[in-house]
Amino acid sequence: MVQDNPNFILSVEDLTVSFDGFKAVNGLSFYIEPNECRVIIGPNGAGKTTVLDLICGRTRATEGSINFKGHELTRMREDQIVHAGVGRKFQTPSVYEDLSVYENLEISYPRGHSVFGALTFKRDADVNRRIREIAETIFLSDMLDERAGILSHGQKQWLEIGMLLIQDPELMMLDEPVAGMSVAERKKTAELLNRIIKDRAVIVIEHDMGFVADIATRVTVMHQGKRLSEGSMAHVQADPSVVEVYLGH
Amino acid sequence: MTKTSFLKRDEAVGFAILALIIFIVFPLMLDDFRLNLFGKYLTYAFVAVGLVLCWGAGGILSLGQGVFFGLGGYCMAMFLKLEASTPEATAIQSTPGIPDFMDWNQISALPIWWQPFNSFGFTVLAILAVPALFSLIIGFAMFRRRVGGVYFAIITQAIAAIATILIVGQQGYTGGVNGITDLRTLMGWDIRPDSAKTALYFVNAVLLFACLFIAMAIRKSKFGRVLVAMRDAEDRVRFSGYDVASFKIFIFCVGAMMASVGGAMFTLQVGFMSPTIVGIVPSIEMVIFCAVGGRHSLLGAVYGALLVNWARTTLSESFPELWLFGLGGLFIAVVLAFPNGLAGLYDDYVKPRLKLSRRNHAAKPSNPQLAE
Repeated sequence: MVQDNPNFILSVEDLTVSFDGFKAVNGLSFYIEPNECRVIIGPNGAGKTTVLDLICGRTRATEGSINFKGHELTRMREDQIVHAGVGRKFQTPSVYEDLSVYENLEISYPRGHSVFGALTFKRDADVNRRIREIAETIFLSDMLDERAGILSHGQKQWLEIGMLLIQDPELMMLDEPVAGMSVAERKKTAELLNRIIKDRAVIVIEHDMGFVADIATRVTVMHQGKRLSEGSMAHVQADPSVVEVYLGH
Repeated sequence: MTKTSFLKRDEAVGFAILALIIFIVFPLMLDDFRLNLFGKYLTYAFVAVGLVLCWGAGGILSLGQGVFFGLGGYCMAMFLKLEASTPEATAIQSTPGIPDFMDWNQISALPIWWQPFNSFGFTVLAILAVPALFSLIIGFAMFRRRVGGVYFAIITQAIAAIATILIVGQQGYTGGVNGITDLRTLMGWDIRPDSAKTALYFVNAVLLFACLFIAMAIRKSKFGRVLVAMRDAEDRVRFSGYDVASFKIFIFCVGAMMASVGGAMFTLQVGFMSPTIVGIVPSIEMVIFCAVGGRHSLLGAVYGALLVNWARTTLSESFPELWLFGLGGLFIAVVLAFPNGLAGLYDDYVKPRLKLSRRNHAAKPSNPQLAE
C-alpha cells in the first residue's frame, strides 16, 4: 500500500465501521487524486453513504485511517474537517427553509464561522459579489430574496450545491445529486457538475449510469461494505463480478 | 439585498409603542402600588426575552430559567441583606453583624462565599458572571454531547428542582424556605418607600430595553440567522463549518444572563427573594409568558409577561383557587389555537389589515377605483 503519497489528496485505508457487530464498511481502501471525479456505485446497503459519513466526520470509524492532505480526519470534529477543505452534500436536499436563498449562501460563505465572527459578520462587497456569482452558476439569480422553502426539489439541490461551491472545498462529496430530478433539471445539473468538478476532487454517489459515464474519471464499485472493483467506467462494466451483483440486475 | 438600517419601520414603531406604554402610559395611569406590581411583571419579561432567543430562535427549550432568575435575585438579595445586617441593627443577635437567619441557625460567622457580597461592584459583576458560568457548564455538558430537545428540557427542569431543594435545605446559608427577607437599603438609599419603587420601575424599564436591543442585535446578525438555520437543518450548519455546540452554549448563556438581571430587579422591587421563585413551577410559568406572547417575537414576549401576570393578579384577587386552572387552560389554548402567541395573531390578522388600509389610503387620491 502506498502511504502518504503526495499525489493523492485523500487516502482511505482499511476503513471499517461496525454498528453493533454489523460491518457497514469493511476494510475499505481507496485513493483520490486532485482533480479526479470518483463515482461510487453499488447496490442499496453497500455502504456508499456510510463512506461519505465517515469522511466528513458524521460517523466515527471503528478502524482504519482517512488521510486528507496530511490531516487525519478520523480524529477531527465535523467543522474542523470542513475548514480543512472537505464539503458534503446530503442525499435529501438540506437547505434552511426559513431563510432566503441569499442568506442560505451567506451562511456557507467561508468567513465568520466562530461565535464572535458570526456576531460581527458584515455583508461587504466581496460577500455580495461572491453570492451573486454563485447564484448565477446555480441558476438561482432571480430567486435570491425568496424563502428557500418555496424552491422546487431540483432548485433546492442546486442551492445546496451552491452552498458547497461558496465554501470552495478541495474535496467535494455529493450524495445522489440528480435523484428525484426531472429530465430537464438532470441535464442542467450534469452541466453544472461538469463545470464545478474541474478545479477540485469530487466523490459522487450515483445510480444513474448514463450520468456516471458522463462525469466519472474513475468508478469504485462497492458491495457489502467492501470494494468490489475499481477503474474506468468501461473496465468496471466489463468486470464479471460487478455484472453479477449490480449491473446485471 | 440592499443596506438596511438597524430597525425596519414596523419594528421601530413596535419598539416606540412599547416604550410609550412602559415609560408613559403605565406611570400616568397606575397608582404607586399597581406600578410596582407591573414593575415586578416586567422583571419576568427579561426571562421571556431570553427565552425568545434560546427557544424561539435557537430551538433550545429550557424549563429551568427560574434558576438563573433566582441566581440574579439571590446575588442582589445577599448584598442587600448584608447591608441591612449592620452590627447596630442586629445587636440583639447572639452574633451581631450577620444576617438574622444565619443567627437563628446557630451560624456564628459570615461564610467566606458571602463576604464578597459586601461590595456592590462585585454583586453587579456576580449577577452577570454567576449565571453565565453556570449556564456555560450546563451548556457545555449538554450541547457538546448533542443533548437537545425534550432531553434538554427535562434536564433543565431537574436542575430547577435540585436548586430549590438545595436552597431550602441549606437554611443557614440561604434563608431556607423563607428566602432572604427584610431588605432595606441599597447603598444607603431606602428601597421601601413608593418614591424609590417608582424610581426602580424606571431603572428596570431602561434595563429591559437594553436587553431588547441586545437581543435584537443578536437576531439581526449572522449569528441570528445561523440559529434559525440550526433549527431547520442542524447537520447542514455543522457541515458548513460551524461548531453548532458553541453557538447553542452562547445563546443559552445570553438567555441566562438576561434572566439573572430580571431576578436582581425583582429582588430590588419586591424586597425579598425566596425559593418559590426558583423552582419548577415558576420556570414553566416563564415559558408560558414567552409562549403566550409569541416565542418568535421579542416584543411579544414582553406583552406576554405583562398580560399573563396581570391576569394572574386579577384572577387570584377575585378567585384565588381558579388561577392555576386558568394558567393551564391558557397554555393549552396557546399550543392548540395560536402556537405563535399574541405576536402570531398580530402577524396573521392585524398586520394584513393595517397594510391593506395603508395601501388603500395611499391609493385613494390618485386611483379611486383601486380603493374598493
